[in-house]
Amino acid sequence: MNPMISDTMPMQPAEQHGRPSTLFRICRKMWHLKMGVMGGIILAVMLVFAVAAPLIAPHDPYEQNIIQRLLPPSFMENGSDRHLLGTDGVGRDTLSRIIYGTRVSLIVGLSAVCIQVGIGVILGLMAGYFGGRTDSVISFMVNVMMGFPFILFAISLVAVIGPSLQNIIFALGVTGWPVFTRVTRVETIKLKESEFVLCAITLAFSTKRILLVHILPNLLPAILVLGTVEVARAIIRESLLSFLGLGIQPPTPSWGMMLAEGRDYMLGEWWLAAFPGFAIFLSALGINLLGDALRDLVDPHMRKD
Amino acid sequence: MSRSLPDHILEVRDLKKYFPIKAGVMKKTTGHVKAVDDISFFLRAGETLGLVGESGCGKSTVGRCLMKLYDITGGSILFRGRDITAFNRRELIDFRKKIQMIFQDPYASLNPRMRIRNIIGEAIRVHGLAERGEWQDRVAALLHDVGLRTSHMARYPHEFSGGQRQRIGIARALAMNPTLIVADEPVSALDVSIQAQIINLLDRLKEKFDLSYLVIAHDLAVVEHISDRVVVMYLGHIMETATDRDLYTRPAHPYTRALLSAIPGTGKKNRQNRRIILKGDVPSPINPPSGCVFHTRCPDMFPACRQEKPPMVKISENHWVSCLKYTG
Amino acid sequence: MKAYIIRRLVQAVAVCLAISMISFFLLFLNSDPALLLLPPEAGLEDIEIFKKSMGLDRPVIVQYLVFLKKIILHGDFGNSFVSKTPALALMLERVPATLSLSLMAVVLANALAIPMGIISAVKRYTIFDNLVTFLAIVGQAMPLYWLGIMLIIIFGVFLGWLPISGSDTIWHMILPAVTLGAWLLPVNMRLVRSGMLDVLNQDYIRTARAKGLLERKVMVKHAFKNAVIPLVTVTGMQLSLLLGGAVVTETVFAWPGLGRLAVESIRMGDYPVVQAIVVFFALCVVFGNLLADILTALIDPRIRLE
Repeated sequence: MNPMISDTMPMQPAEQHGRPSTLFRICRKMWHLKMGVMGGIILAVMLVFAVAAPLIAPHDPYEQNIIQRLLPPSFMENGSDRHLLGTDGVGRDTLSRIIYGTRVSLIVGLSAVCIQVGIGVILGLMAGYFGGRTDSVISFMVNVMMGFPFILFAISLVAVIGPSLQNIIFALGVTGWPVFTRVTRVETIKLKESEFVLCAITLAFSTKRILLVHILPNLLPAILVLGTVEVARAIIRESLLSFLGLGIQPPTPSWGMMLAEGRDYMLGEWWLAAFPGFAIFLSALGINLLGDALRDLVDPHMRKD
Repeated sequence: MSRSLPDHILEVRDLKKYFPIKAGVMKKTTGHVKAVDDISFFLRAGETLGLVGESGCGKSTVGRCLMKLYDITGGSILFRGRDITAFNRRELIDFRKKIQMIFQDPYASLNPRMRIRNIIGEAIRVHGLAERGEWQDRVAALLHDVGLRTSHMARYPHEFSGGQRQRIGIARALAMNPTLIVADEPVSALDVSIQAQIINLLDRLKEKFDLSYLVIAHDLAVVEHISDRVVVMYLGHIMETATDRDLYTRPAHPYTRALLSAIPGTGKKNRQNRRIILKGDVPSPINPPSGCVFHTRCPDMFPACRQEKPPMVKISENHWVSCLKYTG
Repeated sequence: MKAYIIRRLVQAVAVCLAISMISFFLLFLNSDPALLLLPPEAGLEDIEIFKKSMGLDRPVIVQYLVFLKKIILHGDFGNSFVSKTPALALMLERVPATLSLSLMAVVLANALAIPMGIISAVKRYTIFDNLVTFLAIVGQAMPLYWLGIMLIIIFGVFLGWLPISGSDTIWHMILPAVTLGAWLLPVNMRLVRSGMLDVLNQDYIRTARAKGLLERKVMVKHAFKNAVIPLVTVTGMQLSLLLGGAVVTETVFAWPGLGRLAVESIRMGDYPVVQAIVVFFALCVVFGNLLADILTALIDPRIRLE
């Protein structure tokens, strides 16, 4: 064999590991964007469902009808055209309950993340900027929260303070902040040494001003991206609490609780568990896709690979 | 230099800045990086002082100590005869209005998320440096002073070139109406063609605003044009202080001579043509050499340099050197 | 290195203490054991006597210290309010079930995650890689308990291949382990992929390639070894995720492990048992993380300790 060829052969696959072609990158970017748009559409639909539920839902989500109970979805045998996704154990319309359930999911997801961001970002800024003892104390708190299994913390908290919409938001809020503290802290430490922050000090600006006007705006993209993903997580966690019976109390429609009720019927009426779970999955997926696209748009360096 | 003379706007006495190195379970301090070790110099009102040395010699640390960005380990810094370490909150704000800094990296020193208008105008608004409603006029005037257009106000930093950004940084410093500006390597991040423009701008602004400058640089060529006097630093110590002319024509310290010989192709008379190459690397500031800190690399070293710390010796008016060759 | 380990150890113990304290204040102070343990017809006087005998009349901080002393010296978390037997024993009884489930899930997840992560890193930007990335995003959005229920419906109800709850035979373990494993898979896959990509971009791999070493040899000998490092860290870090997942999976499949015990005990207000589980989980998570960090530092000296 020609030594020239044998020398160059192994290099060829190596090309593949180098940068992908520009065309490929554009395609990939487009794909990402497309996924992001899809995520945005899912979130938009959720928002519309939540706001305009009474207009969209075909039935009253609380109206029981024992005669029409456990109807299968309309595409199945014996399904009724009046109930697209069938009815539950007391004859309530599943589709209407799912549409109304968007409210709980969105309210809990968004409010819980607001609390998480509030606590997490303030603590992260303080730990990163002041360093020293402040940092030690806050980092210790983060370690404690991370060592406390979320699920046990949240369910025992709810068990103690009682299951209600506000308490669930509170429980998810006070258990979920450490991620934000971690990210904010690391970024603040980096920014603290940057020349424009040093400059703000020499311009005799107050610490509050430096933190809020000079450092915080530079963290917002990272917080936004993380916040999006955390909304999805909070929605899943809310439904988990409801699933365990420690969440939203009946009869308010919540996806997690519908899933828990559906579980009792899973041997026969599988759709009762399938549809609400799919709603949770789809909304979390949509929000995650949006977050992924945002990450790409906001900062190319933050890409996961 | 025992008392502060009235025309000394800034006086640095026996300044020390050590950074602790921590290790072990309890994070005990096991050593120090002696970034600045016992240096003294002064700056007269209206003067431009160059502070020169290789990277890592502690010159930027001096600048940051002066700006009170670092707490100093020892010594004192007098601004107009008053010790800056003793300032309370109010006095510190007044002090900061009078002493401003120009940073090295024009890309990192401007907040990427603020418009030029706010970058320059923020200090004016926060400290009430212009009549209410007139701060934008003040920003426009400052932009004009540094050679930028008023139409640039609404833009973001990334829309500007390095030289333009440095001008914005200068305008931001001027907004405080300072009397002293510390310029930390103001041109080292810029293209050579732009460097002269910025140096000339600084020179012009000095006249117009009645400023004093401390210009920090790693190469003597940069400060040559604008400095009245130059301080040469090496490994946290001052090697030589002289007027601009003396330093470039009659350098006394072997280190200064080495630095001068590194400036390429100049036709100045009395400058040695032979390039002096220093051997070895800059020693660690954690364990600086005994005696004269420069002795490990000095071409003129003799045995006493290993033990004896050379004192500052005056060899002519305004010309001081720290080298055993000149003692007795 | 020694100083680092000692400092981390002290930190880990402090974290565990803090967790025990939080859960103590959260659980014990908000419940009234007197109401739970005494018959409803007990009078006020009876309650007083009972409280005194339990030490409930003392200051809270003293109560906590007594509680802590008992745990540390005797492993005594008190008796279960429900079964009146020691909480620790009740908890320990359930450890093997959770352990076997978790272990099985981790093995299943990594058996797929390692090859898939490596292939998608090596064949970066191909269809396969995109598929893996998409799967990871989908996996992240999947609620664990829904996944479990759907698997039950498909394999247990429709196909009837596998038992859907309980723990009598090895067959009972398949669905819960697959559920938990499938849930862990996307995270692990992503980590192996990015770890592998890091390694592939290092100079020595390029050199090895440039020297003309065979592609497969490069992969196995140089890259793989280093790509597994993040997985070690992750498996340690993941204990928190894993235990959380176990709680949910066990509830869905009625698997008699710690998670199900925890949920039941919380529902019934059986706080000594909850306390024992919380402390046990915290110990696992904190020391798992610690071990992972130390291992990583040992395997890869380049990683800075601070």
